Amino acid sequence: MPPRPAAARSFAGGAVLFLLAVGLLVGSVAAAVRIGTADVGWTDLARVLGTHLGLDVEPLPPLVDSLVWDLRLPRVLMAALVGASLAVCGAVLQAVTRNALADPYLLGVSSGASTGAVAVVVLGVGANALGVTGGALLGALASFALLLLLLRRSGLDSVRIVLTGVVVGQLFTALTSLVLMASADADTTRAVTHWLLGSMAPARWDTVVVCAIVTPLGLAVAWLCSTALDGLSFGTDTAASLGIGVRHTRLLLLVVTAVLTAVAVATVGAIGFVGLIVPHGVRFLVGPLHRVLLPSAALAGAVFLVWTDALARIAFAPREVPVGVITALLGVPLFLLVLRRRGEL
Amino acid sequence: MRITAEALGWSVAGTTVVREVSADIAPGETVGLLGPNGSGKSSLLRCLAGLRAPDTGTVRYDGESVRDWSARRIARHVAFVAQDSGADSDLRVGDVVGLGRTPFRDRWRGPDAADRAVVAAALERLGLTALADRSWKALSGGERQRAHIARALAQEPHALLLDEPTNHLDVKHQLELMELLSGTGRTVLVALHDLTLAARYCDRLLLLHHGRLIAAGPPAHVLTAERLAEVFEVDAELTADALGHPHVTYRGPLGGAPRPPAPRLARPAP
Repeated sequence: MPPRPAAARSFAGGAVLFLLAVGLLVGSVAAAVRIGTADVGWTDLARVLGTHLGLDVEPLPPLVDSLVWDLRLPRVLMAALVGASLAVCGAVLQAVTRNALADPYLLGVSSGASTGAVAVVVLGVGANALGVTGGALLGALASFALLLLLLRRSGLDSVRIVLTGVVVGQLFTALTSLVLMASADADTTRAVTHWLLGSMAPARWDTVVVCAIVTPLGLAVAWLCSTALDGLSFGTDTAASLGIGVRHTRLLLLVVTAVLTAVAVATVGAIGFVGLIVPHGVRFLVGPLHRVLLPSAALAGAVFLVWTDALARIAFAPREVPVGVITALLGVPLFLLVLRRRGEL
Repeated sequence: MRITAEALGWSVAGTTVVREVSADIAPGETVGLLGPNGSGKSSLLRCLAGLRAPDTGTVRYDGESVRDWSARRIARHVAFVAQDSGADSDLRVGDVVGLGRTPFRDRWRGPDAADRAVVAAALERLGLTALADRSWKALSGGERQRAHIARALAQEPHALLLDEPTNHLDVKHQLELMELLSGTGRTVLVALHDLTLAARYCDRLLLLHHGRLIAAGPPAHVLTAERLAEVFEVDAELTADALGHPHVTYRGPLGGAPRPPAPRLARPAP
């Protein structure tokens, strides 16, 4: 039998690895649901799922059932969705801006979200109608609208995107601080700080459902732009000469990443570092081709955030640490390790 | 494919860079685009490659105006090699050359066997087969330039437009590249700085000066001592080489701008 071509072999190998990674994610979600201040056994977990899927099993006591179904499960699923979303946004923005330091918060969207959240919590603007999540979403979209307004004559040049994003972010950060310092008491400030650092605790089924609809759509659009992202690394003219609509693609990807980030930040706050380190780590493992990189980053980001959130729940139990603190504490050494292995540090 | 420029004009930030350029490049012809720095070579090339929309005039491929063509449709006709596209990418060389297949592929499909065959042939043609798995970052300037040309060939274009492709190449690779370009059977328009190289390999030359096309025709007709004095401000002598191609010998720069003064080491007195 003639040997199969290398490309076919690597494709089959890639498919197997991908399925293994999906399995790892599902296993991680199941395992992470069990972890917390009150441990839940595998059989209990199966009974809770069975009960809610309408199977004929003996239900658990309402308190445990509610803990698993209403709090843990949405929270872990949210971690998976947000992790995937942030990692892919980071990878996309690193390519669009041709900047290795780009992360999902580069566009200033998270700063806009915090301004919106603070306006609701501290000033009580539309507190009943919007809630913190709604306020944060509006703030994020407002900051992104300002960014696009400032970029409208720039031709979406990479450097202009980075600089304008930083400026917009600084403006909204200043607004947030202003509101906090002028109007908030100590308790509110503490609550807002907790949110700003990122925490999965507020995740409930309604927000998970929104994320579960928006995130796969956004990831699919980004993945369909894979070849364009590869081409963009060689500059505007070369990309355009390959038939890539450079401005349209950049605009589409900015909108997609902004919406994904806004939805994530609005629910769970600005969790740092996932969007920066996961793309770099995954690029080190699977190479820079975006067709492969983006799905890999999505899976890796999901698994990473599921486990860091589990750690955030139990590391200093019964007190919970914001998951953003854990991602940074774990992320920094991981990031340095990757850079060192790549010979860039 | 025939490329026609009809009274093209293009300006940026209020400065007119290309003025009223009309030219006709016949199918299969290798045409050299000459002119000093800032004469509008790169801009004209980008207008003809469909990367810039000219402010006035029309670009035609085989007689058809490309004004309303999509980037993808243009990319199926014309490949473009930019002057310095030295990205900080760590894509594999094979994948970079594979980018040439982009205009022929649906967004959701990866490269198929036919794509891989075209890429392999392009790599072979530029002598890059051994480097196919090498990271882009690890290539020398010359290897990158050749990989870009392989990428352009993988696009299977009817016409190739290149902006100073010999820039980073040593003499042997310069000659090999020009042989390859003039032997593809495709329409080739190539911006060059080396007049002798242009005269040796091009069927015709276009000479730009301050954005205007001031001469077009066979090398021996376009390259004259008077023109080189006027356009390039050099004192040059033209002879015929052993093969009958014009050969340029430079005696030195002309008039107005004297040689730069020797650098002064001492600081001027306060």
